[in-house]
Amino acid sequence: MSSLAYAVSDTAVVAKRNLLRIPRQPDLWVSFTIQPVLFVLLFVYVFGGAIQTPGYDDYVDFLMPGIIVQTMSFGGFVTALGLSDDLRKGLVDRFRSLPMARSAVLAGRTLADVATNTVSLALMIVVGLLVGFNFSSGPLEVVGGIGLLLLFGYAFSWVFAFIALNSSSSEGAQALGFMVIFPLTFASSAFVPPESMPSWLESFAKANPFSTVVDATRALFVDAPAGNDVWGAVAWSVGLIAVFAALSVYQYRRAVST
Amino acid sequence: MADAAIEAQGLTKSFGDVRALDGIDLSAPAGSILGLLGPNGAGKTTAVRILTTLLPPDGGSGRVAGLDVVRDAAALRAQIGLAGQYAAVDENLTGFENLEMVGRLYHLGRRPAKERSRELLERFSLTDAADRLAKTYSGGMRRRLDLAAALVARPPVLFLDEPTTGLDPRSRLQLWETIEARVAAGTTVLLTTQYLDEADRLSDRIAVIDQGRVIAEGRPDELKSRVGGERLEVTLEEYAQEPAAIEALAPLTDERPKCEHGILVMPLSRGRGGIAEAVRRLDMANVGIADIAVRRPTLDDVFIQLTGHAAEEPADEDLEEAVA
Repeated sequence: MSSLAYAVSDTAVVAKRNLLRIPRQPDLWVSFTIQPVLFVLLFVYVFGGAIQTPGYDDYVDFLMPGIIVQTMSFGGFVTALGLSDDLRKGLVDRFRSLPMARSAVLAGRTLADVATNTVSLALMIVVGLLVGFNFSSGPLEVVGGIGLLLLFGYAFSWVFAFIALNSSSSEGAQALGFMVIFPLTFASSAFVPPESMPSWLESFAKANPFSTVVDATRALFVDAPAGNDVWGAVAWSVGLIAVFAALSVYQYRRAVST
Repeated sequence: MADAAIEAQGLTKSFGDVRALDGIDLSAPAGSILGLLGPNGAGKTTAVRILTTLLPPDGGSGRVAGLDVVRDAAALRAQIGLAGQYAAVDENLTGFENLEMVGRLYHLGRRPAKERSRELLERFSLTDAADRLAKTYSGGMRRRLDLAAALVARPPVLFLDEPTTGLDPRSRLQLWETIEARVAAGTTVLLTTQYLDEADRLSDRIAVIDQGRVIAEGRPDELKSRVGGERLEVTLEEYAQEPAAIEALAPLTDERPKCEHGILVMPLSRGRGGIAEAVRRLDMANVGIADIAVRRPTLDDVFIQLTGHAAEEPADEDLEEAVA
């Protein structure tokens, strides 16, 4: 086998290992299944009546793309927890003493998140439909939107990988991740129209890549005017993956050699 | 030594201001066990991490199975197995899944990895627990699983970093027997330990490490004779009987027994009767015994003897002198 073929099979072995672990950690899967569903219900029924969304008949049509993007960006916390754990418990040492591809530990870790993100996404769509969300675009657009969301989620798995490699504990990694990502998702077009914010925050929200991805998802799911958002969202996702994969691999080599 | 399976020359490594390895030379011929003996923080784990390519050395060179730890790191990893003191198994996988994963990552192939995993689980008496998550395992079972993982690819060289620390005596003995069986089959082992009895039982040669340096090296019996072997300790009922006790026991040893605060200490020489003879002689001399025991040399004794300081204390300047 070539070294590339080994890298692919090693990544698959590590990804399988990470997937096998998930059903055995009930507290973990609660946080990527029940928690996002709870958020949908809270936003629809608590804030839904109070938030004005011009151009949308129903707040749920405005909300769902936004809250799904937020959920996808948080999906990477599974990587943050898993990676911190592996580093502290000596699993990474074992991997590094094996004749496996060096890239497989991180690549297998982040790829496993795509599976959990798919589960979260499917659940959210079902719950969204149950509380009144309607796809008003074509099937191709919907499929494109799902692809974009998974790509964006994958990008944040690398962001979380980088955070985990710079934290001394899994709790620290999680706290840091939430502290960075929560404000970013709220100061965007995800939950309210940026036009309703103070003007300084409005300009921030409009420049925020979260808004780009949320607007692109709206374009693909509910046929909102797209502009350049879809390509912008793809570019942001690919760019984040490139930057944070490089940073993570660099940090991984550094973190494990001390 | 051209045919050494493990060889290190002048290895150095610093972490900030701490000099973890200060020029270490090691050598283990193929099919032997080299014991690295030393207290916590002596540099044992650092040496293992360098020789298993987990850590680059600052200076010096290391070769394992004829491969350089820096230049040939990738090829070297296919020749080694590592089991650590922290039992690096995945708690959320079963025993079988752990071994299968490691087998796949050694590139054994799908079916051979499964077959080898079953075989090892059986050999390590883990068959009944094969499909249980490793987090339900006892400490001894985890260590056995960790060791099994190190053996999956039948590596010619095995690194065991404090494999029995924290184990109960029975698990310890089982692990020792497994390690001995591997060496009988031709594997070379580098073993680190804090316990002299473990190094004694398993090693062909022992390197005693302190503060990043090898301060003594030799066969276990050579090393023990430097430390002084077994000693007899007698607590007398009355201080006044010290001279009588010394007279009574003097013929049993080459050195004159020492006596302080009513406690007599003397080296036990083989073939002169040991503790039974000592009791008989003291009884004949009408010396009352409050307590009597044979003390085997401990790691602390080795250290005090070799370095002039206790194992966990900072170094003093006598180190060179004590080794010479």
